[in-house]
Amino acid sequence: MTDGVAVLGAGMHPWGKWGRGFTEYGAVAARAALADAGLTWGEVGSIVGAVTVRGGYPGYVAGASFAKALGWQGARVASVYAACASGAQAVDTARAQILAGLADVVLVVGGDAAPKGFFRPVGGDRPDDPDWLRFRVLGATNPTYFGLYARRRMAVHGDTAEDFALVKVKNSAAGALNPNARYRRRVGAEEVAASAMVADPLRLLDICATSDGGAALVLSSMEFARRHGVADPVRIRAVSTVTPRYPSTVLDLPDIATDSTVAAEPPDGSFRASIARAAYEEAGVGPEDLSLAEVYDLSTALELQWYEDLGLCAEGEGAKLLREGATALGGRIPVNASGGLASFGEAVPAQAIAQVCELTWQLRGQAGGRQVEGARVGITANQGLFGHGSSVIAVR
Amino acid sequence: MARSRRPAVDEWFAGEGARFRLLGTRCAACAAVFFPREDTHCRNPACPGGELTEVPLSPRGRVWSYTDSRYRPPSPYVSDPELPWEPYALIAVELAAERIVVLGQAVPGVTVADLAVGMEVEVVAGVLYEDTGTTWLTWHWRPTEVAV
Repeated sequence: MTDGVAVLGAGMHPWGKWGRGFTEYGAVAARAALADAGLTWGEVGSIVGAVTVRGGYPGYVAGASFAKALGWQGARVASVYAACASGAQAVDTARAQILAGLADVVLVVGGDAAPKGFFRPVGGDRPDDPDWLRFRVLGATNPTYFGLYARRRMAVHGDTAEDFALVKVKNSAAGALNPNARYRRRVGAEEVAASAMVADPLRLLDICATSDGGAALVLSSMEFARRHGVADPVRIRAVSTVTPRYPSTVLDLPDIATDSTVAAEPPDGSFRASIARAAYEEAGVGPEDLSLAEVYDLSTALELQWYEDLGLCAEGEGAKLLREGATALGGRIPVNASGGLASFGEAVPAQAIAQVCELTWQLRGQAGGRQVEGARVGITANQGLFGHGSSVIAVR
Repeated sequence: MARSRRPAVDEWFAGEGARFRLLGTRCAACAAVFFPREDTHCRNPACPGGELTEVPLSPRGRVWSYTDSRYRPPSPYVSDPELPWEPYALIAVELAAERIVVLGQAVPGVTVADLAVGMEVEVVAGVLYEDTGTTWLTWHWRPTEVAV
């Protein structure tokens, strides 16, 4: 592994429900990242867009949409779709171009204008599409899968609804300190308990909202960073994009059934755990080296699962780690110092990039009231529908 | 005129009454089982690839987990917007012989309050929705110890 690539700039469009197009959010974030890097768009040799899907051409061909909005200047272009992992794959594509010597500086952009309410498949009769089928035959929305995982944790590990609510309490306290977050109000446990049940045992405040938002990064070779006067940049040391291993035994979105383990023993550890393991191996670090983690808290219960999958604690000990305060700001290993999806909501192709923005600000010591003291190593983790892994490790 | 009865998805299940079964496929080379059915290639990466033949799945299993849907799901789920929404439970069921977990709706009337992880359930034919000419059939899981 090389020393990695440099993060020269990070930028966001605030999350919310703004009612505008995804290109605008991405372009605003891109301009902020360029300004942060001290570069002009004209100096960028390549742009990679993370793709959203809203009927017709996916994301209206995202990389090119952002390039056009910023002004055509002849840059190399790529567009990447990997559901929730799109942002990480966009970072990976940019990194590969830099390490291969195809580009010195790459702009990575994601933006989304999410629909209100449940995510749903695009229209039409598509009985060969597993995502369409799980809605058609089972009415299985994304929150119902979160509910299945949560109920399973309660049965196997003894987690309680109160444990889940504590995740929201923790993340809302961090989000209240983040100017880019959509929800900037502390939420109490009683408020979670009083919110409407969505998919038993999860309530409205256990589940992340859909949002609009944008995030962007300027990545470069280490050599370019030095020439540009940045001697000690935040560096990306690993990008995990692994797929699951057969037989996959966790009922994952949008599956109707798991793989059977009749013909082959299941692999060691879950798919989510393998995403993190690949990142640790590539970066040459372990969970004990982490200063902070940004994980995909689609639901409060899922955040506890990530603690275990990232190796922050043993299996089944997630709720205990939370109750000890270890994962809160000021704790041993803060998780979702940004406020997480609980505070941002989900803007699919932007979120994995936004996680890296947060690591960048934290590792530079620029995170204001939510700063993790002396942060040196950070990890992001998420999982894209249909078998896309996503984890990024950044260091300083 | 009586509606015709048709599966909501072709070839995923068959039979009436006590003979109702989910249908998967099994690889002749490695014995892997697939549901929903896999008819093209065996997906076991260690398998040289064998013929895939239809196999009925075990009718009974145990609850791996469960939840429900308190809000009306979006299309393509079919429901009558004129009627008040009635939540249904979803059950993920572990089949011991096939070593697989299969998701399905619970029979109408069974709520999350009736369910527990580990409880035994059996597969039964159910109605997904009806339109003018057709009753569209699906599979439901029914707890063997709960009277409905």
